[in-house]
Amino acid sequence: MSEHMGHPDGPTPLERFLNGILPENPVYRQILGICPTLAVSNSMESAMTMAGAVAFVLVSSNLVVSLIRGLLKPHLRILVFTLTIATFVTVADRFLAAYMHEMSRKLGPYVPLIIVNCIIIARCEVCAAKQSVITAVADAIGQSLGFALAMATIATVRELLGFGTWFGLSVMPKAWPAWVVMILPPGAFITLGLLMGAVNWIGAARAGKSAGGGGEAKKA
Amino acid sequence: MNHLGALLLLAINTALINNMVFHFFVGNCPFIGVSRRIDTAFGMGCAVTFVTAVAAMLSWTCTYFILAPGAPLTTWAWRQFNPTSQAVVDLSILNYVVYIFLIAAAVQLVEMYVRKFFPALYKAFGVFLPLITTNCVILFVCLEIMKHVSGATGPLYWGPDEALVYAVFAGVGFLIAIVIMAGIRQELDHCDVPKPLRGAGITMIIAGILALAFMGFTGVDKGLEAMFGK
Repeated sequence: MSEHMGHPDGPTPLERFLNGILPENPVYRQILGICPTLAVSNSMESAMTMAGAVAFVLVSSNLVVSLIRGLLKPHLRILVFTLTIATFVTVADRFLAAYMHEMSRKLGPYVPLIIVNCIIIARCEVCAAKQSVITAVADAIGQSLGFALAMATIATVRELLGFGTWFGLSVMPKAWPAWVVMILPPGAFITLGLLMGAVNWIGAARAGKSAGGGGEAKKA
Repeated sequence: MNHLGALLLLAINTALINNMVFHFFVGNCPFIGVSRRIDTAFGMGCAVTFVTAVAAMLSWTCTYFILAPGAPLTTWAWRQFNPTSQAVVDLSILNYVVYIFLIAAAVQLVEMYVRKFFPALYKAFGVFLPLITTNCVILFVCLEIMKHVSGATGPLYWGPDEALVYAVFAGVGFLIAIVIMAGIRQELDHCDVPKPLRGAGITMIIAGILALAFMGFTGVDKGLEAMFGK
């Protein structure tokens, strides 16, 4: 706990960083940012590009919002957040279009839709608008890693079952019948629903074990 | 095919075949969060439809006259200062910032209008109305309009009528999706759902099954086109 910088109210930067990854995972725990999670998770490559873009925008906008937190007016703050985010999303979008053109075309409207990604607005509102710069950045990095983890799990399941590949490399045996439905929209919804159930189930089982009572939760 | 027929096809395509929620995955946050009761879901859907229509009209106007490459107003202003310049002025780098600003303005406008003229409705919406600012459906519609106004000419070009039809039926598609989901979830209260899946988990799985059902609309547009003739 050497990172303890004297925050009597609330968790330290390190705790916030760790919280973002699993205990307060943005997708599985807070149910935020569902739109990109479903839309671009049919291959690992696009999922990781999206996670990188979200991480860049989240860290930069948390940093800026934390720097200007003294100037924010309550009734204008959401507008200030979204305009800050929109600026950084424009940067990320132009960067992707310039250096990763194919991927930028594949992600299509989902890069600009990062502007209205609830994870970023929620972190600006809950953390960055109230905390110092170091805390805000630590929180943003933790949340981005949590989002990347969630994207990676969903994309792994969908790409393995749908294409039989992982990061474009063949993994499944040749005879594997590709489940086309996993690539299509229904596969995204059902995978995310089942993974949410699995995460809750594991969480409940662990909580039950540490409390002494057997986890009574059972899987469908 | 005549213009009205094309608009009708666009409407069916937007609302059913490429449904916002089940095909493009936009608007999922309210779709999960506000779909517990049919009446609030219906209110939310109507509010989103209305705001989408207002924001789409604002963004079509801004894109056409100001933001698109070689837009008339921008070119005119540029010529005032550089009378000899022949450059094509392109402000499309500002697109995202301007759209977010327009959406926030449209939400404010709708909020004031509803509070003044429909106080009961205003109370029913409560906190959902300001939250519409961060609804992806609206930004998605604005981006789609941008794609068809700047850069595309010929059959891909959208005038204000196509933009309005697209916006309204994108909202209607969202309304259909959220009302169906609210109806199912009300019935779900009486069911014994496995504990880990309660809440968001089962909602996502139901959404997946509904998305499968909506895939059944694929090809309806081709059939209608064949029926009415070119």
